[in-house]
Amino acid sequence: MSTMNSRSSQQNPPWGRRPGPMGFGRGGPGFAMPVEKAKNPRSTAIRLLGQFRPYRARIALVFFAAVLSTVFTIWSPKILGDATTVLFQGFIAKLRHVPGAHIDFTAILRDLAFLAFLYLVSSGFSYLQQYVMAGVAQRMVFRLREELMEKLNRLPMRFFDNHPHGEVLSRFVNDFDNISSTLQQSLTQLITAVVTFIGVTVMMLTISPLMTLAVAITLPLSFLLTAVIARRSQRYFLTRQRKLGEINGHVEEMYTGHPIVKAYGHEERAIEHFEEINERLYVSSWKAQFVTGIIFPLMNVIGNFGYVLVSVLGGILVTRRAIQVGDIQAFIQYARQFSQPITQLASISNTIQSALASSERIFEVLDEPEEPADQPGEASEAPTLGHVRFDHVSFRYTADKPLIEDFSIDVPPGSTIAIVGPTGAGKTTLVNLLMRFYDVDEGAITIDGQDIRAMPRNVLRRKFGMVLQDTWLFHGTIRDNIAYGRPGATDAEIVQAAQSAHADHFIRTLPDGYRTVLNEEASNISQGQRQLLTIARAFLADPPILILDEATSNVDTRTEIAIQTAMRNLMQGRTSFVIAHRLSTIREADWILVMDHGRIVEQGTHQDLLQAHGFYYELYQSQFQKAVVS
Amino acid sequence: MRRLLRYLRPYRGYVALVLALTFMQALSTLYLPELMAHIVDTGIVQGRVHYIIRVGLVMLGVTILGGVAAVGAALFASQSAAGFGKILRSLIFRHVESFGLREFDLLGTSSLIVRTTNDVMQVQQLVNMMLRMMILAPLTSIGGIIMAIHTNGRLALSMVVVIPLLGITVWGVLSRGIPLFRVIQTKVDRLNRVVRENLAGVRVVRAFHQQDYERQRFYEANLDLTETSVRVFQMMALMMPLVMLIMNWASVAIFWWGSLRLSHGALQVGALMAFIQYFMQIMFSVMMVSMMAFMLPRGQASALRILEVLNTEVDIQENPKPPARLTRPVTHLRFDHVTFFYPGAEEPALSDITFEAAVGETVAIIGGTGAGKSTLLNLIPRFYDVKSGSIQLNGVDIRDLALGELRAQIGLVPQRAVLFSGSVLDNVRYGNLDASEKDAAHALEVAQAWSFVSQMPGGLHHDISQGGANLSGGQRQRLAIARALVRRPRIYLFDDSFSALDYKTDAALRQALRRETEDGIVLLVAQRVATIMDADRILVLEDGRLVGQGTHDQLMETCPVYREIVASQLSPEEIA
Repeated sequence: MSTMNSRSSQQNPPWGRRPGPMGFGRGGPGFAMPVEKAKNPRSTAIRLLGQFRPYRARIALVFFAAVLSTVFTIWSPKILGDATTVLFQGFIAKLRHVPGAHIDFTAILRDLAFLAFLYLVSSGFSYLQQYVMAGVAQRMVFRLREELMEKLNRLPMRFFDNHPHGEVLSRFVNDFDNISSTLQQSLTQLITAVVTFIGVTVMMLTISPLMTLAVAITLPLSFLLTAVIARRSQRYFLTRQRKLGEINGHVEEMYTGHPIVKAYGHEERAIEHFEEINERLYVSSWKAQFVTGIIFPLMNVIGNFGYVLVSVLGGILVTRRAIQVGDIQAFIQYARQFSQPITQLASISNTIQSALASSERIFEVLDEPEEPADQPGEASEAPTLGHVRFDHVSFRYTADKPLIEDFSIDVPPGSTIAIVGPTGAGKTTLVNLLMRFYDVDEGAITIDGQDIRAMPRNVLRRKFGMVLQDTWLFHGTIRDNIAYGRPGATDAEIVQAAQSAHADHFIRTLPDGYRTVLNEEASNISQGQRQLLTIARAFLADPPILILDEATSNVDTRTEIAIQTAMRNLMQGRTSFVIAHRLSTIREADWILVMDHGRIVEQGTHQDLLQAHGFYYELYQSQFQKAVVS
Repeated sequence: MRRLLRYLRPYRGYVALVLALTFMQALSTLYLPELMAHIVDTGIVQGRVHYIIRVGLVMLGVTILGGVAAVGAALFASQSAAGFGKILRSLIFRHVESFGLREFDLLGTSSLIVRTTNDVMQVQQLVNMMLRMMILAPLTSIGGIIMAIHTNGRLALSMVVVIPLLGITVWGVLSRGIPLFRVIQTKVDRLNRVVRENLAGVRVVRAFHQQDYERQRFYEANLDLTETSVRVFQMMALMMPLVMLIMNWASVAIFWWGSLRLSHGALQVGALMAFIQYFMQIMFSVMMVSMMAFMLPRGQASALRILEVLNTEVDIQENPKPPARLTRPVTHLRFDHVTFFYPGAEEPALSDITFEAAVGETVAIIGGTGAGKSTLLNLIPRFYDVKSGSIQLNGVDIRDLALGELRAQIGLVPQRAVLFSGSVLDNVRYGNLDASEKDAAHALEVAQAWSFVSQMPGGLHHDISQGGANLSGGQRQRLAIARALVRRPRIYLFDDSFSALDYKTDAALRQALRRETEDGIVLLVAQRVATIMDADRILVLEDGRLVGQGTHDQLMETCPVYREIVASQLSPEEIA
């Protein structure tokens, strides 16, 4: 919708008296609402303009078309004015019974034919310019989006852990949307506004400097009005936004907590508080709407002042034979077009500023430091045994919070390491280090004797299979989701993987079997079934080393048993790091790492640790001891 | 939409004022060309400067009057629209507060939030626009037509051709373009989904080294979106140039025809100039009306969603009969052949459940997901009503009690620990507004929350932001438990309330609770067998049926489902 509301003010009709407000779509002209501003507008603007480089020729065409279209638009009132003059003179002559007087229809027809041509050309160029610009803006944003996506692939995991997903997502959607619509409209509007302003001034001066002066008097009024209203309305809009946020917050809280509100009988309190905010929202809401609502009427009044001045002054000048009647005609249109660019520029500058802020946010991501590149060097394609060593490893996420200090462990191929500890952060740290989502600060991790930093990441990561609690599946068929583990796998292999994962049975009970499309939240299968699919995915990938998370919340008993057996099958003959929740897993593990608050506090075998009577002992006692209620 | 407009009734005086003022505004705009025609046709033709100045002054007056009228109209319109929004918002909120959980299930919590906030705002803005433009545009076009006919009737006939032509053009482009905007939206959603999946699954994507595959997926979505956008915007680019061309050419034609009529003496020059101005005003109004025709459906959708909320009937209401009263403290809870269906469901969520609980007892409920554990708890505070059978407190059917009295007996700790903004103290006191700080502190201590609350800056007065986002899941659960404790209810309902606690805290908490809840009935839903093993009675639910009831040892003997659950969680020696 936004394309049409701002476009409407680009061209002006002859006798351009515009009745009433035109600000539909956004509920007011662009400058009335506050916008976010870029921190560094100048360099961002230069960089954004640099993006146009591949489209130079087309941009030149757009400029050319915009200028021509505007020039023709400005020219037309003059022609119409001339025709009016011819008409008037003939009319007056006949009125005064001048012998042989007649209206020179040939001249009028000539003028009108030319005028019709001008209108056609002007509209044609206007269409051309918008048509081309739409393509350029969308394609440029397309390229920028690709660039941003490429960039995300090269960013270190730290970036994703430190930036809320919603924030990154909104750059992909809102910011790009903002940029493309601004490019599409505001840039050409800017050209049009400037050309109109200059052109109209020139035309008016050639007709009558005196009348131009009269019209110019209204200019400071427009300036003043725009400035005053913009300031006020932005303030009101901010207040309204805050109140709106308050009421949304309250509603959200009360609705999500509805059972509690009911159970504790506090409906009346909720309503009272709501009414309080509602009343304040009402006040700020009508004020904001009022201020934006009066911009157009007031602009109209100023425009009408100009109209009156032109009519009166023009009338007097015509009686003095200083100008022609047609000039009044032309001037009425020019006067209207004269003040328009001012209002327009105010709102264009606002849109552009907000687009710059959006671009800046995108450039910020593009400028983030990337993951260090893979070390060149041959990756040994020898089959991995799965011998993992942590050699005096130290690591911390933030400089002032030591997490893992001088940690060493030797994991022979095929053994199982259990990681235990209370719920909370920390256990994923090991996963992060093993798969090089983060690099160690000191020391080294080796697989089969080779430092993992010396391997290309994809070679390293192919050695691992992950089954984590927050199962990640994408919108697609079950088959594709399993095949994610190994692109190009045959159907038979996929079915076999599903069978090993005890997932084949439930998949076949689904209406479309392996072709069942998992919906957005994958809510058409249960949590436990999702986990089985990720196990199947790992089976298919057939990695030598595994990282498993046993936690299974919200899983019914039977699926739970299926998951447990499937995981056990999967671990056969592979080096496994298990975030353990079951006593049996822990007891059978070759080595146990006990973690608390993200740090490794104890390690050893089950027996060692029990005898140590330390943290593990306590944990074990409370976790697996029976009969606490009594 | 029309049905919603009745809520504008308190502002009908204002609306009338808006109408009158807008009419004045339209009149003033229409009167100016007429006056200008006088300047040309009388003032200039006769060379009367004084006349010109006099008419000019009148024009100035008309302009100012029109401006004042417009500002006044804007004032009353914005107040009426905002007031309309206020009334509507308040009605919805009050109505929703009376909802039970059935109505929430029906409409969805997030949808209800959107309906109360965004949808009302949409409708409010639509009303404001209607009051401003939808009145002004028709008034102007009607006025313009009258003035045009008044100026020259024959010439006015031209509008019969041009107005439909313009309307059809605008409508033609928009009716093709607007649906395409919806198509764009679905493609934006698709792009969105790919990005979201990539962000959420960044570890998996990298672990499987599937960046290329994801890049391809993104590329396709991106290209698809771009191509559609280009097509749509290039089509929309046709609109304004086309509209302008029609209007401009029409004015040229009118000028020509007008000149011919003028040569016959049927028209004067100033009148022709005025006529063309009227013509333009009418055209703009027609254009606005056709554009607004496309704004309406948007508001319409919001209006329908709002009406749906307002028309939702509340299932559970106060008994119209004078309510029964509990004559003595609750000592006995009984489920008597309770069967319950969720609205629209074919299978019962609970069927034929019968059990009893007495004061001092702890009854645990266990079973797989979807077995009906939470449903069973939700029936007790009457979030839903039973389909058949009954629930009784001290032998009184809970449906005969006043809702307030029933719920005053209950301390509920829901599965998802919801906290509200405010201090820790505010949140605990939510359970009992009369609780002193000492009571609150005690409740927190029992709930094993005192240790972390006392370490927060401000302690009890520490502010909890947005639903407790600054707290861990376990901390939220413990505060929710304290909130229930401070109420000193007769019936405690714990709906899987210990799940986010680590085992040590879980154990300590249950020990402390045991003492605190001696004079009450405790109903406890849990996933972990260890949590419930020593309850006085364990109810085993499967698919809404009660398949076992008894102590741990009894159930191990008699209930295969229970044995299966236990086997999946504990090792053999622990079971023994």
